[in-house]
Amino acid sequence: MTQAPSPPLFPHRHLLGIRDLSPADIEMLLDRADAAVSISRQSEKKSSTLRGRTQINLFYEASTRTQSSFELAGKRLGADVMNMSVASSSVKKGETLIDTAITLNAMRPDILIIRHQSAGAAALLAQKVGCSVVNAGDGAHEHPTQALLDALTIRRAKGRIAGLSVAICGDILHSRVARSNIMLLNALRAGVRVVAPSTLLPSGIERMGVTVCRTMEEGLKDADVVMMLRLQRERMAGAFVPSVREYFHYFGLDAEKLKAAKEDALVMHPGPMNRGVEIASEIADGPQSVIQEQVEMGVAVRMAVMQALLDPRRNPVGGAR
Amino acid sequence: MSVTVFQNARVVDPSRGVDETGAVIVDGAKIAAAGASAHNQGIPGGATVVDCAGKTILPGLVDSRVFIGEPGAEHRETIHSASQAAAAGGVTSIVMMPDTDPIIDDIALVEHVLRAGRDTASVHVYPAAAISKQLAGHEMTEFGLLREAGAVGFTDGRHTIASSSLMRRALTYARDFGAVIAHETQDAELSANGVMNEGLYASWLGLSGIPREAEAIPLERDLLLARLTRGAYHAAKISTALSAAAIARAKADGANVTAGVSINNLSLNENDVGEYRTFFRLSPPLRAEDDRLAMIEAVKNGTVDVIVSSHDPQDVDTKRLPFADAAEGAIGLETLLGTALRLYHNGDLPLLRLAEVLSSAPAKLYGLPGGRLSPGAPADLILVGLDDPWVVREADIRSRSKNTCFEGARLQGRVLQTLVSGRTVFSI
Repeated sequence: MTQAPSPPLFPHRHLLGIRDLSPADIEMLLDRADAAVSISRQSEKKSSTLRGRTQINLFYEASTRTQSSFELAGKRLGADVMNMSVASSSVKKGETLIDTAITLNAMRPDILIIRHQSAGAAALLAQKVGCSVVNAGDGAHEHPTQALLDALTIRRAKGRIAGLSVAICGDILHSRVARSNIMLLNALRAGVRVVAPSTLLPSGIERMGVTVCRTMEEGLKDADVVMMLRLQRERMAGAFVPSVREYFHYFGLDAEKLKAAKEDALVMHPGPMNRGVEIASEIADGPQSVIQEQVEMGVAVRMAVMQALLDPRRNPVGGAR
Repeated sequence: MSVTVFQNARVVDPSRGVDETGAVIVDGAKIAAAGASAHNQGIPGGATVVDCAGKTILPGLVDSRVFIGEPGAEHRETIHSASQAAAAGGVTSIVMMPDTDPIIDDIALVEHVLRAGRDTASVHVYPAAAISKQLAGHEMTEFGLLREAGAVGFTDGRHTIASSSLMRRALTYARDFGAVIAHETQDAELSANGVMNEGLYASWLGLSGIPREAEAIPLERDLLLARLTRGAYHAAKISTALSAAAIARAKADGANVTAGVSINNLSLNENDVGEYRTFFRLSPPLRAEDDRLAMIEAVKNGTVDVIVSSHDPQDVDTKRLPFADAAEGAIGLETLLGTALRLYHNGDLPLLRLAEVLSSAPAKLYGLPGGRLSPGAPADLILVGLDDPWVVREADIRSRSKNTCFEGARLQGRVLQTLVSGRTVFSI
């Protein structure tokens, strides 16, 4: 029996953003994630790749979905996983991010997963700790594992990413998911369009490597993938758009608007969804929706990322830091 | 009184348009003569003679926008430590902002600052008092009494006055006392949550932007009110071409307005923020490169009258945070001259103009005695090696806070000796 060749060494210690990754880095992570999918589909889901390693999830923003995905990914790889619940910790008592980081670092974890409301928080943490850091979302900056799981979902459904037309629709302005996806899809040579009311587009969007579309019909025309973004309710009451009703009318994804896209276009959403606001229920649950697959791919991508960062060839267990 | 003659120096006195080889004769605490004519006077008997060949003598710099932590935040900076930093940077007069705790909005605080300056500082410290009580933007402070107590001007420091009627009355009332109203303008609504210059760079970083219009809108309002009231208005820290154009229009209309710019907005741009470097979180924010160039042009063509360090000490507690949570501000007293001289070495500004905006112009704006080398002026002067290279090192910083934007920067032009009222307060 021949052993499968081991994947190449991932050249980064942290995963802070898609910006730091080359197309080859991205492909490597997607390949590893493909392999991880099969582990999750076995009845015996536990491997021992990260046995003895310690993973700490430090979530400053509540996120059931992302946190449990990281937790499950760690556990399936055999790591010891600890969740720092910020609501009941000293963080509430005014401890700064850096002091928390230094404290956690003293416990010698191997990998820290951070979600924080401020852009740049993951990078700041990475400067202060000796272990690997994964950015699980920092403000409106980046959410690299979301972009990777989206890419994996697309690649498995379509067989490729290069040359596809991907429409990203909704609150681009506040979305880290949009930024990471724009970078990743550009790196893998997909065509990216963004569709949003102008109040929800960041300054300089036309220079971010995307085509800006003002209507869903224009943005979805012949698209291979339709990626919807969440619009937070407090932003719908007049500050950025006048009302939920008006937003859904122009930018909510329904069967009529989806007709503009290719017949086999994928419908994606990073969750949690506002049904009836950015996406109609019938579409979210419809045949083109791959929203459930995205969740499954999330676990696989996070397993792949942690395996790649904690590659024993670079950072042997018990080795000096 | 002892007499000292500084001979064979390049003497630059912007108050008289002098840039020539000559001497400066210091008699006690005053300047007796300066320039080529002083050289020709010969050396008075008993004078100490200092040969300054190859060196340049400038008036001590007047930094008209300095934030100090005393009273209330002495761990960041005291009047004493700020003055040490100033002396090392060639700054002999500082105008201190009222954003202290308690706020300088009452004559007792003005007296406190003057006393602390006299007792502990090695340079002249002049308090600017608040325009509004508690910097709250509602009620005027006692301009007359504060001025008599020694406040050299009025400003709400970091705060922008939202009320147009308060600004109108402040300009009108201050006129009766010959006082200037200095104002930093940033529209609180338009810049809400903004932490850096609005644009592509901020968008990629996921940081909320501050548009140029947030500065220009309240500025345009102020300039209209300055025209209406004929009051003396100083736009304290402008940062955009848009604002410079507004100032130029108001000046052309004959309004009594002046403008200042922070050395940071002349030296750096938004790209210097890099990967969330909080020492570069400033107010106004570092702008795009075309705005930086427009600011240099505005200093050159006279639209902008003064350059300030905007010295603003912040400690690790307020800077070691994610970018959006960090405080604004950077120190600058010790690097003001070296960074400003880049504009001279680059050929952007003649030395005489640079000296003017750093000394005689701010002194004139606030009615201060220093900032000039004319006979009878206080002997506040600096000896400078214009071409001497040096590197900014955190370990050398005298300020209590180390939040400099110029760590590791290679500067050309260094202060060799600083005299305040004829007394040497710093020398290498």
